[in-house]
Amino acid sequence: MSGDGGRVYVGNLDRSAKRAKDLVMGKLRMGRAVDWATAFSLWPVHLTTSCCGCEFAATWSPRFDAEQHGALPWVGARQTNMILIEGTVSKKMACAVRVTWEQMPSPKFAIAMGACAIDGGIFYNSYNIVRPWEIIPVDVYIPGCPPRPEAVARAIIELQRKIRQKRVVSKWIEEGWRPDKEYVAPKEDPCSWWRG
Amino acid sequence: MSVWVYGEQKSDLKIEGAIARRIAEDLYEVFIGPQHPGSGHMRIIIRVDGDIIVDADPDMGYVHRTMEKLSEGREWIKNIPLFERMAIHDACNVTVSYVIALERILGIEPPPRARYLRTLLCEINRIAAHLYGFGIFGVFMGHSTMYMWSFADREVMVELAEKLTGARLTHSYPIPGGARRDLPQDFPDQARKAVRYFRRRLEEYRKIFLDNPVMRSRMEGVGVIPKKVAAELGVVGPVARASGIKYDARLAEPYDAYDEVEFEVPVFEEGDALARAWVKFEEIKQSLRIIEQAVDWLEKHQREAPMHPKFWERSPPLWKKVFEAEGRVKLLPLMANLKLPPGKAMARSETARGEIVYYVESDGKTTPYRVRIVSPSARNAIVFKYIVPGYRVMDLPTIYGSIDYFPPEADR
Amino acid sequence: MDVEELKKRIEEALGGLVKGIEEGKGFIDVIVDLDNIVEAASRLKELGFDHVKSLTVIDYPKENRFRVIYHASSYLDEELAKYIVGIGADVPRDNPRMPTLVYVWRGVEFQEREVYEFFGIEFTGHPDMRPLLLVPQLAEAKPLRKEFIVKEEPIIRVKPPTG
Repeated sequence: MSGDGGRVYVGNLDRSAKRAKDLVMGKLRMGRAVDWATAFSLWPVHLTTSCCGCEFAATWSPRFDAEQHGALPWVGARQTNMILIEGTVSKKMACAVRVTWEQMPSPKFAIAMGACAIDGGIFYNSYNIVRPWEIIPVDVYIPGCPPRPEAVARAIIELQRKIRQKRVVSKWIEEGWRPDKEYVAPKEDPCSWWRG
Repeated sequence: MSVWVYGEQKSDLKIEGAIARRIAEDLYEVFIGPQHPGSGHMRIIIRVDGDIIVDADPDMGYVHRTMEKLSEGREWIKNIPLFERMAIHDACNVTVSYVIALERILGIEPPPRARYLRTLLCEINRIAAHLYGFGIFGVFMGHSTMYMWSFADREVMVELAEKLTGARLTHSYPIPGGARRDLPQDFPDQARKAVRYFRRRLEEYRKIFLDNPVMRSRMEGVGVIPKKVAAELGVVGPVARASGIKYDARLAEPYDAYDEVEFEVPVFEEGDALARAWVKFEEIKQSLRIIEQAVDWLEKHQREAPMHPKFWERSPPLWKKVFEAEGRVKLLPLMANLKLPPGKAMARSETARGEIVYYVESDGKTTPYRVRIVSPSARNAIVFKYIVPGYRVMDLPTIYGSIDYFPPEADR
Repeated sequence: MDVEELKKRIEEALGGLVKGIEEGKGFIDVIVDLDNIVEAASRLKELGFDHVKSLTVIDYPKENRFRVIYHASSYLDEELAKYIVGIGADVPRDNPRMPTLVYVWRGVEFQEREVYEFFGIEFTGHPDMRPLLLVPQLAEAKPLRKEFIVKEEPIIRVKPPTG
């Protein structure tokens, strides 16, 4: 790199670095890069709440291969940033969902899958279910009973679009704006049954 | 004290049960699940001494959706899609015995074509469900190849079912008196191609999974259920058959076309996790045989409405036209307010994970008076309590995976 | 062996304990007194009915009783495996207690816990009488009893707007 004026094989490194810096910090803004990076590193946690889990599993199978969209289920809640509610959430499960959600590092996102997760679906009058939006803030809903794996992949793309367009992460860094803060905390403690 | 604190990372998570607890000298209580890899939604509370499990208490009910209660308020026919949600990847097997119970109360028998169609879908579902079980077993054991292979190959069977019924998983195919759709024209060729593919493929499964020395060392001698104990605990399906019990609902009380097709019931004597995997493996081979026979029979025989004549005669002419054009049996209008005569019936069918039993009681209304469901996973759950103690913590995923426990089905 | 012969064998084995035999489609129910149910169940087990398929409870609020039936069948005897035989008794609704059959058929342990939470029938002598599926607060409501009503959404027909 030394020699005649920093000129190397790739061109003027000083100038390239300055241009790159301008591009990232100025024109692109670093914030958007953060959004872009987050959108393609969604790690759904391995919490299967109900029978839509069959299609959840098929989504990451070789046929549909949702990993190509930049999301892969991961085991520990601490290493994940997305939760996929598969169908019905029972009262017992509500506590587990909430505890898992609280363990996940921010920024975190939620997709509710299936008709049951929207408003009960076929179990609308069951006495043992909870609507997922009562316990965690949901970003994207997928209709269907069960939704096809393509629909799940579509929801992931929708979520990526939402993250990039609404600049969820960069706003959080710059202004402290958190979309999940706009939702009220659960009216009822979902773990109240456990504490008695 | 508010526990749910937003905006801060530290929230008070001191929930009893989310942490290991020391309950005696050298004895700890560990909570496993419900957030864990594999088909989760279940918690097992184990007490460990070192890494030997001394006591296990399955904490079920994470997917309890009150099907027995909801069924009492819904029409007979609406309960078919409701019960299907117990095991959507095994939909036809799960609902067929409910339909048979209704047929017993009504006193009707479906025509042979409908019986063969149901048998065909049951076996397609059985293979798909066994492959699902293998895939989840692979996830539990950290054998990603098994997950990838079996979920990829499962799509072959799922697509066959989709071609036959129109839905990937929730088919709602059998209805009292028959089935909802006839065979599509190009189905037999596709089915035979799938069977040929699977015959070739299963050999590779054996090499990479069942005969794999690493897998064998983890499965052999783990979770052994002796024959006597298996009968005492009342376990069902592949778990029972791996312990030397030759019981299969298809043999004990043949339903649909199972008394007309040829198949064998594989039985193993060892009773360990490897034997349970072998039973499932051999059952896939038998299911392939049944699929071939059913397709041959359906192709050979005259195309006719797969519906009991008592119902079919009373359906509107348009319905018959739709059947002739598309091979689709539109849901008959009289099904919506179907009234069953007072009576009670029981029916059992063999799902992929074992036998499911329905007790149906009617008091002459359009809704059931009582439906009692005992699903195979509900009966197999007792294995956790009585078989797991004595093994190491690392053997727990093997046992869990090998009994193919499916919580939505167990909790109903 | 047909159903008639099976009935005869059961009546012989159970002796005077049998109060009545009810025949359903696909099964038969042997009704005994509540006090004799353990004795009758053990004799049925000696006959070869080695496991319970379903512990069925039906609520008859008008007659003020629960009908509790243990539907048993056989694994080890292929002849008996074709039949499902229930051994049942009536439990009064105002005093729902009955002796447990866990020590006869180990497999009913979880199903008895299930009945305990859904119907409130207490099995005396059961080793671990806790709710199984439901949260404790819901188990107190005894949801499968007929008086527990879930709301049904009626189909509302709305006239299409005219004009």
